Amino acid sequence: MIVKLEHVTKKFGDVVAVDDINLETRDGEFVALLGPSGCGKTTTLLMIAGIYRPTEGVIRFGGRVVNRVPPKDRNIGMVFQSYALYPHMTVLENLTFPMRLKKVPRTEMLQRAQQVADMMGIGHLLDRKPGQLSGGQQQRVALGRALVKQPDVLLFDEPLSNLDARLRLSMRAEIKRLQLDLGITSIYVTHDQVEAMTMAERIAVIRDGQLQAFCPPNELYDQPRTLFVASFIGNPPMNFLEVEVVADGDAFKARCPEIEIPVSAERGRAAAGRGKVVMGVRPEDIYLTRDGIAGEVYVVEPLGRDDLVDVRVGDVHFKTLVDPGLGLKIGDQVRFGIRPERVQFFDPRTEHSLLWN
Amino acid sequence: MDETMGVGGRGRAILLLTVLAVLTVPIVVGYLWVIISTFSQRTYGLIPVDANGHPGGLTLRNWSFLWKDAAIWRVTVNTFVLAVGLTVGIVVVSSLAGYALSRISFPGRRPFLATTLVLHAFPSVTLLIAIYFVLRWITHIPVVGRGIPVIGGFGYNTLGGVILVSVALELPLGVWLMKGFFDQVPWDIERAALIDGCSRLRVWWEIMLPLIKPGIAALSIFSFISGWNSFLIPYTFMTSQEKSTIATYLRSLLSDTAPVNYSTVAAVGLFQLIPVMIFFLFTQEYLLNIFSGGVKGGS
Repeated sequence: MIVKLEHVTKKFGDVVAVDDINLETRDGEFVALLGPSGCGKTTTLLMIAGIYRPTEGVIRFGGRVVNRVPPKDRNIGMVFQSYALYPHMTVLENLTFPMRLKKVPRTEMLQRAQQVADMMGIGHLLDRKPGQLSGGQQQRVALGRALVKQPDVLLFDEPLSNLDARLRLSMRAEIKRLQLDLGITSIYVTHDQVEAMTMAERIAVIRDGQLQAFCPPNELYDQPRTLFVASFIGNPPMNFLEVEVVADGDAFKARCPEIEIPVSAERGRAAAGRGKVVMGVRPEDIYLTRDGIAGEVYVVEPLGRDDLVDVRVGDVHFKTLVDPGLGLKIGDQVRFGIRPERVQFFDPRTEHSLLWN
Repeated sequence: MDETMGVGGRGRAILLLTVLAVLTVPIVVGYLWVIISTFSQRTYGLIPVDANGHPGGLTLRNWSFLWKDAAIWRVTVNTFVLAVGLTVGIVVVSSLAGYALSRISFPGRRPFLATTLVLHAFPSVTLLIAIYFVLRWITHIPVVGRGIPVIGGFGYNTLGGVILVSVALELPLGVWLMKGFFDQVPWDIERAALIDGCSRLRVWWEIMLPLIKPGIAALSIFSFISGWNSFLIPYTFMTSQEKSTIATYLRSLLSDTAPVNYSTVAAVGLFQLIPVMIFFLFTQEYLLNIFSGGVKGGS
């Protein structure tokens, strides 16, 4: 099922929660809606679910306009952050509830519930009430309940946020695998960029109700179209500094008061002669070297596999990932370089990328 | 209990119990007197005495209304019908209205909530005359007025009329209470039900009502007790007092012209109290829910 949003806007009184979003999924695609809390991603999802009606714009399910179709007639399954299981029903009753409303014959109903329960590994819990289950088990039941009605579209509203870190990791893989096997078009709301990056085929980044980018994870990471996307995607986050890019013959240099950073001609050209621009550098694109920019180690944060080191050059801080074997300590003098072909440039006023528009 | 028994908590617990005990004594003594006096010819303090003032004189005479006066059973049945009718009316209307006020945004929702609260603050006595005219008017409607079995109808001088008026006067409290309980049910559960294929009414019936059962139980108990004890409305709108409810029957014993037999009054009062006491014993757990607010489960 192809889900398509055309100029969808949602206002609550004077507050614009979702602002003119255009988006089209492919059939069977896994799409993530990513953004900070309060950005309008859940509102968008609830409009797709039919809980909210768009103020403006059109939502289509495979060509059919569904703006005025109530949730029960959209054939969707939804998984909530709070699981939203019916506390007064057993697991089996929770699973069969959607089918009971559709008047599925009893034997088929039980058979399908059993099948889904086995698939989700909750077959032995059918007699329990949700209150007697762990968070992970509840989430499996919720997922099962969404799947059992064989929906055309699956909606996820931060389903893993209430689980502990370990469980989140395994459920993440499980949901991704399940989605791939079943081939149901899925829309997944999250504020966790790692979740979005690892699970989704394409990610829609939303900020203040506006769609900032809609592209595959790699493109989002390597070719951020806005300053917001660049800062939001990536952990540890990208370093930003204000520079002026100047041409020096064929070579291009990014200058700020105390530092001069060589950048590739291809990237430098786009930013040269524009006055002050924002340069972005990912921590992994900064490397220690003998003849580079001189700085002082400000903070060292051990992450296990790497040390996250904050290097200070005058008033500018660079975060970089360093081999813990080097044993850097606060106050050490270091020299580092920046991969010239990996830097990003943004217009400080519009916050749009100077490279990818 | 564990907390008060903790470090240095024993002294505080004893103090607390002492204060509570002292405050309870007058109430207990009062009821003790009521119970003793119903079985006595007269009493001297808490001691039963006979006509000459000597200790003794125990008698069942004060309870004789139970087998001598047929009206008592009629009014008991009436009171029961009134209490049940009131409970059903209030629970049905408040749970529907409370749901709408909690979950559906419609024009005038807030003013409505505010108005019901203000109206509830008005003493119902001020409305008696106006209600009288309304009931008189209803009486003239065929069947509905005074042609319904058991409750008589909804007009003046019928049990149904009294139920109708009592429900109306108690609704603001019930609606607010139910709204509070519905407010506590997470939105996600309702959304899940809508997506799973429920209509709004079905969500209310299959998902929301079971989740606020403690609230419904508490409201039912409150309503039943208030119906069982109600006096003013039945006294005003039922003309033949002996055929009305227990409370008005009790009032009819307090005649202005003949000497009042207080022992009989006490006996009837005690008789009225018994069902409430039994009821209360079994349901006090639910009553506490009103104050602690109790939807469990969800997440």
